[in-house]
Amino acid sequence: MSKRARALFLGLLSPAILSLVAGGASAEDAAWNLNMPRGVTEVSQAAYDIHMIMIWVCTVIGVLVFGFMFYIMYAHRKSRGVTAANFHENLTVEILWTIVPALILIVMAVPATTALLKVYDTENPDIDIKVTGYQWKWQYEYIGEGVKFMSELRTSQDEQYGRAPKGEHYLREVTQPLVIPANKKVRFLITGNDVIHSWWVPDFAVKRDAIPGLFTAAWAKTDQPGVYVGACTELCGKDHSRMPVVVEVKEEAEYYEWLAGKKEEAVIYQSTIGKEWTNEELMAKGEAVYAVSCAGCHQSAGEGIAGVFPALVGSSIVTGPVEGHIGILINGVAGSAMQSFADQLSEVDIAAVIHYKRNSWGNDMGDIVQPIDVLNYKQNQ
Amino acid sequence: MAHGPSKNFFNRWLFSTNHKDIGTLYLWFSFAMFLLGGAFAMVIRAELFQPGMQLIKPEFFNQMTTMHGLVMVFGAIMPAFVGLANWMIPMMIGAPDMALPRMNNLSFWILPFAFAILVSTLFMEGGGPNFGWTFYAPLSTTYAPDTVNYFIFGVHIMGASSIMGSINIIATVMNMRAPGMTYMKMPLFVWTWVITAFLLVAVMPVLAGAVTMMLMDINFGTSFFDAAGGGDPVLFQHVFWFFGHPEVYIIILPAFGVVSQIIPTFSRKPLFGYSSMVYATASIAFLSFIVWAHHMFTVGMPIAGELYFMYATMLIAVPTGVKVFNWVTTMYKGALTFETPMLFSIAFVILFTFGGFTGMMLSIAAADTQYHDTYFVVAHFHYVMVAGAVFSGTAAVYYWLPKWCGRMYDETMGKLQFWIAFIAFNITFMPQHFLGLAGMPRRYSDYGLQFADWNMVSSIGAFMYGGAQLLFLYNVIRTIGWGKPISDPKVWEGAEGLEWTVPTPAPFHTFSTPPVVK
Ligand code: HEC
Ligand code: HEM
Ligand SMILES: [Cu+2]
Ligand SMILES: [Cu+2]
Repeated sequence: MSKRARALFLGLLSPAILSLVAGGASAEDAAWNLNMPRGVTEVSQAAYDIHMIMIWVCTVIGVLVFGFMFYIMYAHRKSRGVTAANFHENLTVEILWTIVPALILIVMAVPATTALLKVYDTENPDIDIKVTGYQWKWQYEYIGEGVKFMSELRTSQDEQYGRAPKGEHYLREVTQPLVIPANKKVRFLITGNDVIHSWWVPDFAVKRDAIPGLFTAAWAKTDQPGVYVGACTELCGKDHSRMPVVVEVKEEAEYYEWLAGKKEEAVIYQSTIGKEWTNEELMAKGEAVYAVSCAGCHQSAGEGIAGVFPALVGSSIVTGPVEGHIGILINGVAGSAMQSFADQLSEVDIAAVIHYKRNSWGNDMGDIVQPIDVLNYKQNQ
Repeated sequence: MAHGPSKNFFNRWLFSTNHKDIGTLYLWFSFAMFLLGGAFAMVIRAELFQPGMQLIKPEFFNQMTTMHGLVMVFGAIMPAFVGLANWMIPMMIGAPDMALPRMNNLSFWILPFAFAILVSTLFMEGGGPNFGWTFYAPLSTTYAPDTVNYFIFGVHIMGASSIMGSINIIATVMNMRAPGMTYMKMPLFVWTWVITAFLLVAVMPVLAGAVTMMLMDINFGTSFFDAAGGGDPVLFQHVFWFFGHPEVYIIILPAFGVVSQIIPTFSRKPLFGYSSMVYATASIAFLSFIVWAHHMFTVGMPIAGELYFMYATMLIAVPTGVKVFNWVTTMYKGALTFETPMLFSIAFVILFTFGGFTGMMLSIAAADTQYHDTYFVVAHFHYVMVAGAVFSGTAAVYYWLPKWCGRMYDETMGKLQFWIAFIAFNITFMPQHFLGLAGMPRRYSDYGLQFADWNMVSSIGAFMYGGAQLLFLYNVIRTIGWGKPISDPKVWEGAEGLEWTVPTPAPFHTFSTPPVVK
């Protein structure tokens, strides 16, 4: 039935497209997708239902109006020898076609209102997660759990620029997905760090703008574990299309296991700060951090983009005293795209990436930056 | 007394105060902008032909989408209708010229400068505007390239031009109607333009306010839109859309006027429900002021606000429906012929109505959560702006061109252009509905593999549509230069109205002595 609806919706205007669809929409070929997903939450089901109601209402009106038009174009053409009538007013029909659509709208307002009430039902969550949009990645913080991490695109530049074949999950894969439990009401508190982003998971029908200085709220509760992919939907700069949202819904027990593991990881990480790191270790780690966190702006060989993002090759800050460099990463540069990384990267990551930059692409400082230096800098601030 | 245009090329075009010459300037300028904006669109569609970045860099892609939107809205569509207004309004109401001819010259001649400034930013360090035609702060303030100041200056000039143009139209219609031409006898094109002019005068200053606040935030340390300084980024969106929603009706109302002239002509039957058409136009204009936040259903408004904006937006369907029903009933029991202007007008009614349907879907806030900022919205507004405004503008040119230059266009070529444009338009934009529903956000320079097929279809359609415009250009030039001369003042068998009582081609000065309308 819904398949027929789609066909009708399509076929209304455009026989050309219709034939294409008929040719392309074989059952296993999901790529010729036509309709909104039903999704896996109460809210997404409500959005889908009202969407289908609207399609049907529009289809019926469309068939009547366009059908009548096509009849006129056939029957009342001059070439058939008709003479034009001369009427041009009729108060009754004018009133009729004002009132009837108004009534239809009033009827439609009822399900539209109920659906919206569901979207706004954010009270009494089981879990609160803070979602922060950064240029061009997401940060997830499990409020009250001390767990917080960045979620960044994992697709390589080579795949994007056609130097390597594109993987199956091209632009739909991240370093760490958001993990939530099934059967729990999860509330997302969404905000932005720099510009406005928008956090969208189609299967949850959750889309809320991530606005710096404000919080917006949305919620999801689903009984279907799985991986759900979404996107940023507010233009946020050059890599707007490269900050996917990936959410993994796990069974409750698995979720708590995962959360415990995350907490443990943080503790272990803490202990590596004091350790003495070697040049090789730092270079390897730094290269990885740079590729994910910095290359988007400063480009993969530190050459930058003229007039927008400064080059790091030969930069006086990169090749100057270490403190200045640490300072820029910890504090960012106010009023520019250079954000503070104090909250995004660990001390180890910061030390490694600084070390890497000071010793790559012809920058040849030869010294070593240790995580402990970063920690000291932070504490002295 | 009547004298012709100046023989000196520069004197004639640079210093013109003649409504027909200025109308011509506006029309050519807007067509040039249409081709430029179209070229930007071709770059966008070429890059989106396949997943992956093939031709351009992401930062340039964003400049292309932004410039495409700005150039099409402010450079192509709006000046096109001002051009038509210049040419036709005096001839339709029996006036010798516009009320303020010198201002008319000024309001046109500042436009090329505005766009020269805007387009030149593409060649500057940091690149042109890259924050979308809706230029949301803080992407357009704190995070914008330095060239944003040129953009702001350009927008101010465009706004000044629009305001002057509108004041001129209002003054002309209020003061220069021929004896007996009462308001309720004015052709619908004139009516829709007067209402549009009031919209413009009301909202252009709001746009100017928005960009001025941006300018202050960027250069003078204020924090209107900067949360860190106590401002509010959402305020920007409210201000922008308070301009922006009426703006979409500024674009479509004159288009309504055009098809309300053309459909009766080729149906050989008077427009059905003239007065209800006037009232419907006025109520659409009124409603357009009180629905703006339907563009902001995802910013987290309180639910009361969200419900209000949803209900108010749904209401617009009522007067819009009235217009569609009136057009259809005008055709009913007429004697229809299908010359190119009529074909474009019928396509307008069908495709615009389709865009209205998706508009109604978008007005349902809970569903808009899914549609918002996806290709579904892109499809919606191209159905109303391209199949709406651009189709009606094309219809208008074919309809009045023989009157303007006394030569007939090539009907076969016109029809060919129509069918290519109609089919290509649907191939381009129908699949964008599916892309949006399947989850592809707008303003994306690259996309996942699941969207590849429809994007390729859409790009192919876009190239075809672009080609059809070249055919249009060729047909128009051919008509002006070599078209079959005609001299029948009426041009079209079913044409009614004062503009069809003057000789063909329309002389440089018309109605130096006012006609009397019975
Ligand atoms: C969102 C874009 C963006 C990202 C991501 C980014 N930067 Fe920057 N960076 C900038 C901008 C813009 C500036 C210039 C700031 C200014 O001075 O106005 C800058 C400046 C710098 C400077 C100073 C360069 C100079 O010579 O002035 C350094 C060092 C730097 N960034 C390092 C990094 C490191 C390390 C990372 C990764 C952890 C990084 N940046 C990530 C945008 C970015
Ligand atoms: C029945 C009449 C209409 C209704 C109910 C309607 C409704 C809407 C809604 C709700 C949106 C916001 C969608 C979103 O961003 O999520 C929208 C977007 C838009 N509409 Fe309409 N619309 C109608 C007619 C028109 C007309 C006549 C035009 C212009 C000629 C137009 C142009 C646009 C544009 C340009 C946008 C996108 C703005 C942007 O985000 O860049 N619409 N419409
Ligand atoms: Cu984004
Ligand atoms: Cu709107």
